[in-house]
Amino acid sequence: MAPAVIVEDLTKLYRKYSQKRRFQTMKSALIKGDLFRQLRPEEVFLALEKVSFTVEKGETFGIIGSNGAGKSTLLKIIAGTLRSTYGKVLVDGRISALIELGAGFHPEISGRENIYINGIILGLSKKEIQQRFDDTVRFAELEEFIEHPIKTYSTGMYLRLGFAIAINVEPDVLLIDEVIAVGDEAFYRKCLDKIKEFQWKKKTILIVSHALGMIKTLCDRAILLQKGRVKQIGDPRMVVDAYLSDVAEKEERELSRLHSQTLEQYVLGAEAKPEGEAHPPATEYEKKRWGSREIEIREVKLLDKRGQERHIFNSGEPMEIRMTIYARKKIKDFIFGVGIFNSGGISCYGTNTHIEKFAPQEVSGEGMVSFKIERLDLIEGTYFLDVAAHQIDGTPYDYHRQLYTFRVKSLIADIGVFRPQHQWSFSPNISFKKM
Amino acid sequence: MWANLKSLLHYRGLIQALVSRELKARYRGSVLGFFWSFVNPLLLLLVYTFVFTVIFRPARIEGLTPYALFLFCGLLPWTWFSSSLLESSSVLSNNANLIQKVPFPADVLPCVNVFSNFVHFLLGLPILFAFLIYYRRPLSIYILFFPGVVLIQIIFTMGFAMFISSLSVHFRDIRDLLANLLTFWFFATPIIYPVTMIPESFRWVLDLNPMTHIMMGYQDTLFKGQLPHWKKLSVTFLVALVVFYVGYFLFDRLRDSFAEEV
Repeated sequence: MAPAVIVEDLTKLYRKYSQKRRFQTMKSALIKGDLFRQLRPEEVFLALEKVSFTVEKGETFGIIGSNGAGKSTLLKIIAGTLRSTYGKVLVDGRISALIELGAGFHPEISGRENIYINGIILGLSKKEIQQRFDDTVRFAELEEFIEHPIKTYSTGMYLRLGFAIAINVEPDVLLIDEVIAVGDEAFYRKCLDKIKEFQWKKKTILIVSHALGMIKTLCDRAILLQKGRVKQIGDPRMVVDAYLSDVAEKEERELSRLHSQTLEQYVLGAEAKPEGEAHPPATEYEKKRWGSREIEIREVKLLDKRGQERHIFNSGEPMEIRMTIYARKKIKDFIFGVGIFNSGGISCYGTNTHIEKFAPQEVSGEGMVSFKIERLDLIEGTYFLDVAAHQIDGTPYDYHRQLYTFRVKSLIADIGVFRPQHQWSFSPNISFKKM
Repeated sequence: MWANLKSLLHYRGLIQALVSRELKARYRGSVLGFFWSFVNPLLLLLVYTFVFTVIFRPARIEGLTPYALFLFCGLLPWTWFSSSLLESSSVLSNNANLIQKVPFPADVLPCVNVFSNFVHFLLGLPILFAFLIYYRRPLSIYILFFPGVVLIQIIFTMGFAMFISSLSVHFRDIRDLLANLLTFWFFATPIIYPVTMIPESFRWVLDLNPMTHIMMGYQDTLFKGQLPHWKKLSVTFLVALVVFYVGYFLFDRLRDSFAEEV
């Protein structure tokens, strides 16, 4: 099959915005056709770097990546609204870009007139628009309102009309930038149907989306962009998985950074304080950590089943909370406790050694306390951890209030606080099909 | 550049559609609607007639009665010229979503400005002609030169509009600068006074101003009914072509920066 879109070594530099010295002289601007002087590397932002790929005719091609990865810039360059800095883009056939729906609508004039003008803007002749007019109106479900000025339309009507016009251009190459995600469920279904119709007609489609499920089911191939570079190209399932593990990795890094920052700020360094001396009266600090420090919790780690430090756990996985403690003298009255709170501040679980009938004997010097959870049966979400050492009457030695954060991931979108182990079963007259 | 200029001709349909959108949108919701295009110049003419026959009576100058009509001959095309330019100074940023979100030929936009104001000019003409006939001004054969003058003004205005619209993307100051420049330019052009009122020693300044010859072209063909100074008009035509070339050249050079800068 012949390629419909060829992107070769595409690089796009954006100038970082600054008021000073934006222009070179007018003379050289006119000669070189470039209004700006040669920019130093620190003055530019590299939105795309040497991106190359080919999309075959009839292929549906997904473009994914986190915000700022260069997806929209790439699409705009293919659409022709932006020019590349280096590299080239070849497109075979008529393009229609669903980058923004209803770009160029004029609010004061009627839907009918806007269909004509938008059609002309998109490159149709009057006759072609006439032929497609009824289809467009029907698709947009605007039969009753087509003579009304567009400013009276609801957001949904506006989007439907924009989509209907762009899709009825009958392009050879269709570019879609996340636009269909903004409508309601019915509109979304309709768009999907239309996209499938396009696929059936062997048209080429490029989709930018964060709806990874859609990318997996619709696309033949996908590309993963990361900071303007191609990270992976190929089977959409693999590319989406690569993206998800990227996201998880990034999140893990973020949480781990937060964890060590917390330790630094609240826990380490605190050991240098002599016994009994009051801590700095910073109230923020007092809200997070308090106690006499006769027993000190010097470090807290979250570990997975292999003993690796981690901050993202899958629901149902084992998790270990490991505390390094230090008792300044021999102490006979002590309790260790942990508490887990969800992001709504609701206590999901709390326990301590006293509740669980460990009678304290003695502690002194450095030691280790480990709290192993065999199955972390929490639902997906962000959780905060309390750890504490205190006396039986509640007088705190060292209390860490929600200092530690971890995330639980789950494939099931259930609700509530925790997930009890469960099973469904049905009498034979109730039947289900596997989804 | 030439290829782009050629494709601009292909966008006639688009320009036409956008001009009609502009005009429809302008009067949508008003009671008189399109009628305003006639009423506006009519009211303007009546106001000037009142001012210059009742309140402020300029010394009778040979061949300049009624003065309001003479004034109107220059004022109508000047309004076309100045509103086209003022609108073109913000046309690209006002249509940012078109430039950024759809593959769209940006050079169409200043043209739409010039032509939608041209339509207003055309709609004002019947009023002008009605009064010319009412005051029994001699309608002569030289009126055939009138379309020529219009053509020169179209080319000149388009060139200027291209120049201003593309530069104003990068320098927002141009809008304010332009408003002042146009006021100055208005008085430096024989619109409210005949060129004969200017002392000989200063004439050359006026002669350097292309709008002088365009305005005199209107006054000669419509008001005075005499042969316009065709040599000066021919030179003005060439100047208009040069202005158009320079304006379009600049626009074309800056075209790629629009999507990022507007």
